[in-house]
Amino acid sequence: MPFACIYVPNFPVAAALRAEPELQSRPVAMVEGRPPLETIHAVNEKASRMGIAPGMTKSQAELCAELALRPRLPLQESATHAALLDCAQSFSPCVEDTACDTVLLDLTGLESLFGSLPEISRAISNRAAALRLAANVAIASNPDTAVLAARGLCDAGLCGAGTLARVGVSVIPAGKEAEWLGTLPVEVLFAERLEGDQKKEADRLLETLHIWGIRNLRALAALPEVALSERLGQEGLRLQQLARGAASRTLVPVEVPLAFEEAIELEYPIVLLEPLAFLLNRLLEQLCARLAAHALATQELRLTLELEKAPGFKQPSVINHQPSLLQSSIENRQSKICFARTLHLPLPMLDAKIFLKLLQLDLNAHPPGAPIVKIHLAAEPSRLRSAQGGLFLPPSPEPEKLELTLARITGLVGGNKVGAPELLDTHRPEGFRMRRFVAETTKKKEHAETHAAEEQSAVTALRRFRPPLRANVILENGQPARLVCPKKKEIQGHVLWKAGPWRFSSHWWEREAWSRNEWDIALKNDALQNGETIALYRLVHDLLGGGWFVEGTYD
Amino acid sequence: MMVSSGISALDALTGGLPRGCLTEICGPASSGRTTVLLAALAAATRRGEFCAVVDASDTLDPHSAAAAGVELDRLLWVRCGEDSPWRRPSTPLRACPEPAEGAGFDTEKKFFSVNQSSEDRFGPRDTKHPSEQRLEQVLLATDLLLESGGFGLIALDLGDLPPQAARRIPLTTWFRFRRVIEHTPTILLAIEPQAIAGSCSSLLLQLGSGNPMLPADGSAAKRRKNAAHGVSRGVVVGDDEAPEGRKKIFISKQSDIDPQNTEPAHAQLLTELEIIVELIRSRIERKPVRSVTFATKTAWAG
Repeated sequence: MPFACIYVPNFPVAAALRAEPELQSRPVAMVEGRPPLETIHAVNEKASRMGIAPGMTKSQAELCAELALRPRLPLQESATHAALLDCAQSFSPCVEDTACDTVLLDLTGLESLFGSLPEISRAISNRAAALRLAANVAIASNPDTAVLAARGLCDAGLCGAGTLARVGVSVIPAGKEAEWLGTLPVEVLFAERLEGDQKKEADRLLETLHIWGIRNLRALAALPEVALSERLGQEGLRLQQLARGAASRTLVPVEVPLAFEEAIELEYPIVLLEPLAFLLNRLLEQLCARLAAHALATQELRLTLELEKAPGFKQPSVINHQPSLLQSSIENRQSKICFARTLHLPLPMLDAKIFLKLLQLDLNAHPPGAPIVKIHLAAEPSRLRSAQGGLFLPPSPEPEKLELTLARITGLVGGNKVGAPELLDTHRPEGFRMRRFVAETTKKKEHAETHAAEEQSAVTALRRFRPPLRANVILENGQPARLVCPKKKEIQGHVLWKAGPWRFSSHWWEREAWSRNEWDIALKNDALQNGETIALYRLVHDLLGGGWFVEGTYD
Repeated sequence: MMVSSGISALDALTGGLPRGCLTEICGPASSGRTTVLLAALAAATRRGEFCAVVDASDTLDPHSAAAAGVELDRLLWVRCGEDSPWRRPSTPLRACPEPAEGAGFDTEKKFFSVNQSSEDRFGPRDTKHPSEQRLEQVLLATDLLLESGGFGLIALDLGDLPPQAARRIPLTTWFRFRRVIEHTPTILLAIEPQAIAGSCSSLLLQLGSGNPMLPADGSAAKRRKNAAHGVSRGVVVGDDEAPEGRKKIFISKQSDIDPQNTEPAHAQLLTELEIIVELIRSRIERKPVRSVTFATKTAWAG
């Protein structure tokens, strides 16, 4: 039963470099702690060569001009850890979350899917690289050997004591675990981060081994078991088993809830939307890569921007069109102002460019209103959509293109002015609402009388005036005889023919009661000279308000 | 390729509506333009196609559309108006207002105040005439829809725009629209008070009202005379009084009308609105100029 271990060396630095790849060529140090007691927590290789070491104070490190200092961000590290788990779960359903920087996979039965063990290890390494993770991959016949190999070995050869592990791929043949692990330093057995009494015990054991002159795992493996157990107890025996590569245990697979989130905290506030789009693009690409690794798409994107609070800035009650989200953010984080937008998609999609464009269009229409200091992006996973194509289906718009087009048109005409009309179950005039237009290719509605429908005569249509035009009407014997519409000069003149009134009323039991008389009239306009002087209108008398309105024209 | 317009008389006159071409339907108010538009939309949605209406004056009535047989869930309605949030991007878009010189983070200057009007924050709105604003929205929205593709019919409803505003659309725009839909299955339909696309349109129909009580053109006087002498039923082919080269097909479903009484009962006024459609130009089939008349029916509210 082969097992694979994926280990990300120098995890805090790797998380920062994943968010900012341009720092790869620079010395980087991670800072933690509260000012002014900030200390260096982790450094990359370039910073280490310059003499920067963990434990130094921030002010000491700042003496080095080229050094890039970044704060440790728990959210960033958890996103990197989630990406690591996604990478592992894309190969095997049985994954153990050993540590924040280490995951184990059970590769049983996967050779028929992915090929030989070296091919699997290279595929895992490539997938990790695609997620911007500089990871070591090791495959062995038991989990602990795989972990030790990933933490200690690399392609170029065995790493000596005191050097940082380099990125590499290792495949340990079964039965040769002791031979491969022999040259690793004993420190690799204590690489796990322990605290309190466990750390003290581990330090004591390591010191004892150093006093005995045990520098590598081969020497530890060669010690007599009885004598070792008498001096170091069961813990010593366990360490010896690990050194020999003979330890055996089962994996504890972890069911990780699928949470696709990415975040980035900015060094300086962003004012322009263009650099914001650059950062959003990066976050979206990472999100889409993680979703693709799970064969999932998304139908909802949530963007949360933390805004810079200027001194004396008064918290507004509403910044954007989602006061409920903003309100909850204000309650939870008193010193921070959050701006949240949610993008609802009609169909599951997985295209970072489309998402970026939609977010840009949304932010153009609803700008945050203050400089941005932090960006958080989350995607709600959903199944990929599947559609059965056909040769003889009528043309339909592509969902991704259509969504972009609708967003652009919405920016042109306004949010509630684009969509498909939906009739409401009411007799109230203008009893309809606008709903989202979705070009879903559903089965065509069966028309019971298809041939009759095609042969039917046309239905007289009404063109509505929005809002209805107020009219001044002169009555004769209680019927309209002449009208003048101040806002539209062509609607004035004598009423040549009229039909009505038709009484409509409803909701008398509610505040929104309405009651009206409708007339259909033919109006002759004396003012027009082009010969086309007669048109048909719908004239409405509001019985409750008392006014006359021209509601539309029959055309 | 021609497809049905939803009105058999119109199909007999023109052969249908051409795909991949611009069709203009012109006429004054109450000439039947919207009726023809809704019939075409109904026919397209019945075929399972998606349609779009770019409504310059926001005049579409969904109830009329539903009564005409349009499947509303296949209809995209773009309602242009004067309160558009769109502004010409003259400066880089900002997440927040640009600070005044020397303002810094001085809160007294209302730098980050969200009580500022949108004009203060992002520049003044366009100060164009409302009809120009609508026209701009119509053209931009049509561009976007044509680029998106996939629609069986896209209609530009410019019927209520002032003619002088509609004439401001440059011919190059119509050429561009025609070029975009060439070799695609999309029908581009323009509803206008007057023909404005020139030679860019492949089919031009002039509509007029043929109701005997609504004289729309010179033929109305003849119709009143026919009505006074009794209604002709069925099909009359050929007309001695028609100008040379014109052939009129008169189809009427009119019920009994007392020829002596020129004042119709209210139930008849809109039940048989007659529409005369005159084929002005057709690049699809070389046909002589001719016209057809058909009647509409009223959809009573249920």
